[in-house]
Amino acid sequence: MKALIKFVFLITAGILISCGGKEEKKTKKFEYNQQPATEKTVEQPAAASELPASKRASLDNKGVGKVKHVELNPTIDEAMAARGAELFKTNCTACHKPNKRFIGPSPAGILELRTPEWVMNMILDPKLMTEQDPIAKALLVEFNGAAMANQNLTEAQARDILEYFRTLK
Amino acid sequence: MKKHKLQLLTLFGALMLLTSCGNNNNQNKSSGALRSSAAEKVYVAPGEHDEFYAFMSGGYSGNVTVYGLPSGRMFKEIPVFSQFPTSGYGYSEETKPMLETSHGFVPWDDAHHPDISQTNGELDGRWIFINGNNTPRIARISLTTFETEEIIEVPNSAGNHSSSFVTENTEYVVAGTRFSVPVPQRDMPIKEYKSEFKGALSFISVDPEHGHMDIKFQLIMPGFNYDLSHPGRGKSHGWFFFTTYNTEEAHSLLEVNASQNDKDFIAAINWKKIEDYVNNGGGTKMPANYAHNIYDESTHTGTTTMKKEVLTVDPLKVPGAIYFLPTPKSPHGCDVDPTGQYIIGNGKLSADLTVHSFDNMIAAIEAKKFDGEAYGIPILKFEDVLAGTVKSSGLGPLHTEFDDKGNAYTTFFISSEVVKWKLGTWEVLDRKPTYYSVGHLMIPGGNSRKPFGKYVVALNKITKDRYLPTGPEMEHSAQIYDISGDKMELIYDFPTHGEPHYAAGIPASILAPKSKKIYRLDENKHPYAVSSPDQAKVVREGKEVHIYMSTIRSHFTPDNIEGIKVGDKVYFHITNHEQDFDVPHGFAMIGQQTSELLVMPGQTKTSVWYPKQVGVWPFYCTDFCSALHQEMQGYIRVSPENSNIEISYSLGED
Repeated sequence: MKALIKFVFLITAGILISCGGKEEKKTKKFEYNQQPATEKTVEQPAAASELPASKRASLDNKGVGKVKHVELNPTIDEAMAARGAELFKTNCTACHKPNKRFIGPSPAGILELRTPEWVMNMILDPKLMTEQDPIAKALLVEFNGAAMANQNLTEAQARDILEYFRTLK
Repeated sequence: MKKHKLQLLTLFGALMLLTSCGNNNNQNKSSGALRSSAAEKVYVAPGEHDEFYAFMSGGYSGNVTVYGLPSGRMFKEIPVFSQFPTSGYGYSEETKPMLETSHGFVPWDDAHHPDISQTNGELDGRWIFINGNNTPRIARISLTTFETEEIIEVPNSAGNHSSSFVTENTEYVVAGTRFSVPVPQRDMPIKEYKSEFKGALSFISVDPEHGHMDIKFQLIMPGFNYDLSHPGRGKSHGWFFFTTYNTEEAHSLLEVNASQNDKDFIAAINWKKIEDYVNNGGGTKMPANYAHNIYDESTHTGTTTMKKEVLTVDPLKVPGAIYFLPTPKSPHGCDVDPTGQYIIGNGKLSADLTVHSFDNMIAAIEAKKFDGEAYGIPILKFEDVLAGTVKSSGLGPLHTEFDDKGNAYTTFFISSEVVKWKLGTWEVLDRKPTYYSVGHLMIPGGNSRKPFGKYVVALNKITKDRYLPTGPEMEHSAQIYDISGDKMELIYDFPTHGEPHYAAGIPASILAPKSKKIYRLDENKHPYAVSSPDQAKVVREGKEVHIYMSTIRSHFTPDNIEGIKVGDKVYFHITNHEQDFDVPHGFAMIGQQTSELLVMPGQTKTSVWYPKQVGVWPFYCTDFCSALHQEMQGYIRVSPENSNIEISYSLGED
């Protein structure tokens, strides 16, 4: 009989918990107060000995997205680069300066660190990239969580911008 | 014994918990089963979309709200006739002109009857029109941007109520006056109302490409109250029908004095005939003064043009174009069935519905069977035009909508119910209570040739006990009924914003695919737009300072500005450089005596600030735009009026 009572008690307790879904949570107000929302704590990547993502080369990585293969002509297509420069000016310069680090990294010399495919995928779908690509993820952390804006460019426009990047030294 | 008690209590407690939790095992409770099936019908799972859009007029909010059906979830409030601090509509320099009228800036109106544009009598989903009742205006809202694009004032009109209904191909949006007034306005004794006051019915043409509105002609009718209207369709296309009341022409205590006549009229207007007359040089140009406000999507700017003339038509000059159909008891709603054969007049002081037949009307006109005239306009014989009467024993019939199976649905205000009846047999098929005092009702496409008869929404006037009380003032309540079966089934209540009068519904499949996501920056023709951040600048022109500013996650360019002085008039021209869906930026300046701006991707908006106090004053982004939103701020240094500090501005420089 005692066993039955215990059993029923247990069931009752189980129902109480599952029904309300209100498991008591200990409030941690004091700790919240210690960490104001504006304070930035930059998390260090696991392998701390490595260079920061913006300096780290990853030339075997095409990134994540619809651009799978880009063929670069040895000579720069000036018309494409000119279009790319114009697109870069209106869509990107709020955060990227051609020759210096700003809100985001500078694109000068980018192809020494990244594949053309990676660059275009980053332009075309920055959200997917920062979710799935390890370098893009690390860059987001390195740049204070300033998420790159998707400027809704076409693949051809991204290719023009890539050509413009080749002209930057 | 004690042990037993404990055991019993424990078991009892367990049982209580089992029954109170979930209700899943309650097969024997029939109301529970019904409730769960009603719940399934309105349940739209998280992340899934509704089947219909519903556009509810806001009544005294002056705006339109957008809901999903069947869920009753509200998606957006579209500012139309009222200032809207949420977005800056009517506060920003670009949108202030939208609220200009011949009376000056009017920041509010009473919005009543939305109607979606049609092609061949079917909803085409290009625009939705709505009337401002108080200071007579008609607005056109784009159904790609869901923004007000145009507002035209209606002269010679007052209480713009029998509006804004569109003809079968959106040739016209029609606006009729509820209150007759002296036309043209003049100083005269009110007592001389009779025969001196007139009721203007305005036919506003709609440009088929851009939707731009223009008053083609105004029909200057006798001084009755023109209450509601609907276009003919199909065979009756080319006609328009208006209910009238106060054919007594009372000017005081209308409650009594306008309820004397046993029958008022439905005015049947052959607008095609009048259009021909006007196209052949007919009509009289009358001096007028009314505002025409157009918002240009590429400049993101509204402009006002004052128009000085309107073409009026004397009904007696176009014989055979206008007839009166006697209709009992101060008819309110005036609805035409999807075939265009039946014209339903709901005598609001009657228990029955009067249904006129278009064919009978034409036959009576051709046989010249008249029963007198009113101010020279022939009155047809009631019995000759009557198709049937719906004997429903409800009280206070107001409005009728239609499904796609030959049924009509009429609201009864006084007896608080929706009555379903059969067109042609006039047989009442079903009736369901509403909670409470229903006004209009809406079936998506229910006033077109092609209704989508799955749901009817009742728009109730009294909320009372339907929701948790919120003090004396409450939102109104809508109720959705499933009408796919023989009997209507009430499936959900939801509160609505303002006082929805009429509403318009349309399948989501027509609108959703063409809903605009961003404004393209490279199509922005705003004169103060900055297309790239290096064009951001601050320019002083005497006492006026123009700040050309751009935004992107998450900073303003520039964000430090000096050289502003007390007594300046400062314009903030903010261009949002985002090109991604749903990334607006907000802008607010401390102490600015206006609303914030909410700037959509690719858009430019402007607000004015009069700095009055010396100091360094912050501004910030009001829309939580990114993880670094809290960092999106800037400072403006305000110096004394006689200071000689030059304008300077920067971003990220020391």
